[in-house]
Amino acid sequence: MSGEPLLEIRGLKTWFESSDGVSRAVDGISYSVFDSETLAVVGESGCGKSVTAFSIMRLIPSPPGRIAGGEVLFQGRDLLKISSADMRAVRGNEISMIFQEPMTSLNPILSIGRQITEAILQHTDCSVAEARDRAIAMLGRVGIPAPERRIDEYPHQLSGGMKQRAMIAMALVCRPRLLIADEPTTALDVTIQSQILDLLAELRDEFKMSVLLITHDLGVVAEVADRVVVMYAGKIVETARVDDLFSHPLHPYTRALFRSLPSIVTPRGALPVIPGNVPSPLDFPSGCRFRTRCSIARAECATIEPELDELRPGHSVACPFTDATAAGSAT
Amino acid sequence: MSIEPEPSAAPAPRASRTPWQTLWLKLRKNRAAMLALYVLVALYMVAVFADFLAPYHYETLDQDRPFQAPMLLRIHIRDASGSLTRPFIYGTRVANPSLKLYEDDTSETFPIRLFGRGDRHDLLWLVPTDRHLFTVDAPARLYLFGSDQFGRDIFSRILYGSRVSLSVGLIGIAISTLIGMLVGGVAGYYGGAIDFLLMRVVELILALPSLYLILVLRQSFGSDLTSIQIYLLIVLILSFIGWASEARVIRGMVLSLKEQEYVVAAEALGFSRMWIVVKHILPNTLSFVIVTATLSVPFYILGEVALSYLGVGIQEPEASWGNMLRAAQNVSYLTEYTWVITPGFFIFAAVMAWNVFGDGLRDAADPRTER
Amino acid sequence: MKTFLLRRLLALLPLLLAVTFITQTLLVLAPGDYFSKLAENPSITAARLEMLRAQYHIDSENVFVRYGYWLKGAVQGDFGYSFKFQAPVWSLIADRIVNTLILAIGALIISWGLAIPLGVISAVKKDTVFDRLAGGLSFVGLSIPSVFFSLLMVFFAQKSGLFPVGGIHNQVYWQYFTPWQKVVDTLWHLVLPATVLGTIGMAQYMRQMRGEMIETLSQDYIRTARAKGLSERKVLFGHALGNAINPLITLFGFSFAYLLSGAFITEYVFSWPGMGRLTVEALLDKDEPLVMASIVMLTAMLVVGSLLADLLLAYLDPRIRLE
Repeated sequence: MSGEPLLEIRGLKTWFESSDGVSRAVDGISYSVFDSETLAVVGESGCGKSVTAFSIMRLIPSPPGRIAGGEVLFQGRDLLKISSADMRAVRGNEISMIFQEPMTSLNPILSIGRQITEAILQHTDCSVAEARDRAIAMLGRVGIPAPERRIDEYPHQLSGGMKQRAMIAMALVCRPRLLIADEPTTALDVTIQSQILDLLAELRDEFKMSVLLITHDLGVVAEVADRVVVMYAGKIVETARVDDLFSHPLHPYTRALFRSLPSIVTPRGALPVIPGNVPSPLDFPSGCRFRTRCSIARAECATIEPELDELRPGHSVACPFTDATAAGSAT
Repeated sequence: MSIEPEPSAAPAPRASRTPWQTLWLKLRKNRAAMLALYVLVALYMVAVFADFLAPYHYETLDQDRPFQAPMLLRIHIRDASGSLTRPFIYGTRVANPSLKLYEDDTSETFPIRLFGRGDRHDLLWLVPTDRHLFTVDAPARLYLFGSDQFGRDIFSRILYGSRVSLSVGLIGIAISTLIGMLVGGVAGYYGGAIDFLLMRVVELILALPSLYLILVLRQSFGSDLTSIQIYLLIVLILSFIGWASEARVIRGMVLSLKEQEYVVAAEALGFSRMWIVVKHILPNTLSFVIVTATLSVPFYILGEVALSYLGVGIQEPEASWGNMLRAAQNVSYLTEYTWVITPGFFIFAAVMAWNVFGDGLRDAADPRTER
Repeated sequence: MKTFLLRRLLALLPLLLAVTFITQTLLVLAPGDYFSKLAENPSITAARLEMLRAQYHIDSENVFVRYGYWLKGAVQGDFGYSFKFQAPVWSLIADRIVNTLILAIGALIISWGLAIPLGVISAVKKDTVFDRLAGGLSFVGLSIPSVFFSLLMVFFAQKSGLFPVGGIHNQVYWQYFTPWQKVVDTLWHLVLPATVLGTIGMAQYMRQMRGEMIETLSQDYIRTARAKGLSERKVLFGHALGNAINPLITLFGFSFAYLLSGAFITEYVFSWPGMGRLTVEALLDKDEPLVMASIVMLTAMLVVGSLLADLLLAYLDPRIRLE
């Protein structure tokens, strides 16, 4: 990976305040997305991966949320510092987003067409008729049959997969440089899932955009990602190229994740699970946040906060005690 | 209530709280709701001790002094020389009997006596006594809120009237909640034809123009009733209208509750259906029922006011806040002797307190609200 | 849509039958009748009273006979003559319905015209001073008894002389007014009673509007709209308001129905010659044909009110419209 990153996150902190205290959902993370690549951010629910995505878009509801520090550099510009009017010009235009729940993410009382043309009219100077033509073309491109008819339909008339295709059309109609896809296939049937993933991969190449894919599903990661960021409890624990990660997972958490995957080569039986629960963001353990569930935890883990360390080229891990050479294959 | 340090200072372990404790803790943080609760406690205490707190009986009248202006602000605490003295009022001279004009007769002073003697009454309906919290000696009369067209003390009548107007709400919701819980519980649990039939009745009652139904019902009982009969009749009629909405919502809750495992388990153990409804399902609707009941108290209070104002409710000389307002129907009374609408402020205060308290209770009972 | 309308109108029939039958039963159960007052007059003999009762078909104590007689007339469109006014009941009711509609529409404009903007602003500015003030105000509106509020308004009218104390027209000059003056005069009489009813309704709908708006603003599609780069104003009015207002449409139907039937205390205090006052007075006088016709009319208006709300909802919400 060379050149300037398209998006660079530096030390981002997003905290939520409640009557019970401050919840540090995202606590000082940094990563970059380069041109035309797909970066997957994986982790269990509540690890802060979606909050990161919403922080990039500045869509964190405030209160209770606030971005407590860091920078989000998009093409060299810190999105956290620009005016809200400038930010609106970025949203849906240069950075778009699609969401987990296509059922609830479309406005039920507006037609699909109205919701897509709205985005076009917001960001470009074109006539309503022109916007409509572009919307129809885009609906056709994302694989919705009879788009000239479908454009006047309402969300409840579309199936789940069709809704997600419409969402993608809405997000891509202004040709963004970056698409943030927050669990885009989680709510869909398995057969539909791979169709949507294939579509995203196709469109990425066609539109020469980058994709930031938020998911908890390692299968999805294997299928579409170029690089992977693994998050745990608001921190990045490991980042690597996808093949490196799958062949040599380094962090104990990543390894545990792979072990808990069902596999066709290992004999059937009870899958190993990661012991314990995800810690509450209101009081994370001191030191390494994974130590309470870690199989190789030592006494020092409670006092040192592990930093990301590039153990292999392009492969960093936040655990000083991992054995880089003994990393077994999990695929 | 003892003064204790705020429990929120040190967060108590959450697991050990019962739902009721959680509710109370949430409610205590809601200042408006707590204020409303204090107002309600005060109002109901006043109603209980009305005969002792009121200087006169509600029937006591002085026909020579109708429409005398309120004296609340004409209680003096300084004598002629300007030094402090025990509170007193001046005597009254009738300046113009036809225009109902009165003036203070400063030659006579009447001190306000604590625990003085007055009309006989039974304290707490038990102890016969003639002591009142405060009185003045005859021939003076203490009209704190003025007197009405018959020269009766409006303050005393408001206190007596509070017994009627405030208790209507409590008894009314008790009856309608009972009916609502039973009908809703039975309809929801048994389902089928019983449910269908009961729900059509509920819909019919909800579809009727309710205030007219109340009036028609009231008319069908005639007018030669004793005051206690009329009182009971009003409560019953209002409850007869009021149970329907509660039944409908409770039915909905029961429908979802009856699929829960503990109900299925009780059924598998062979308990009778009625037993399960009464013992297992209804208690689970309790917090909801209490909230609904609290929020519907104003309906009963306002219902009594409407009926009595129209002249088919509590009859003279008995006092209720609604029938006291009847005096204001006469526009000249209303404009010349504006104090006749004083009971309106009390109705307003009581209804407001119930609404605010009920709203606070609803927020506190809602598991979704954090604070 | 046609079948839906037809079904709803057909459902009105059993409701009307049930309501009128219950009313008839209660009227028969009530001791005394319209002519009981005449009995106190010594010049009217018992025989004469019996004759009057027979003439007006209220001599039978059998509910079914009485109801049957009324129903037979009613299905032929003959609702009888008012005992008190000695006029066909419809001629009495027709005038009153117009007056009641004027009052109801005036109150609706005030209540919804204030409730929607105030509710939306409260939701958007949740937990600010504005929200708290509006919330407090809505509790006042919700709690003030209409009798008391009306009396306060009458007092205000009398003391300030700015508004008429009651009635719907200027009794003295009405007949000399030009049409335009008539409209102005009626509106002038309308202000206070419509304010009373409007304020009470406003309080309720504002709280509802605020709640729905807060709920809607937390929906996923609002996030989608923001992610498209729409301005907050477009998000609010283009996406949120339409969804938040739908549940209130049903309430709108109820509010209209409530105003048609529930305004009688206010009509009573302001001497507004509407349906409410007519019905209450007929009830107190036991003017049976008038009571029955009024009840039919009020029930029908209640149903039509909620029907109108359903139609409006179907028009606004594609999920219902397209079913």
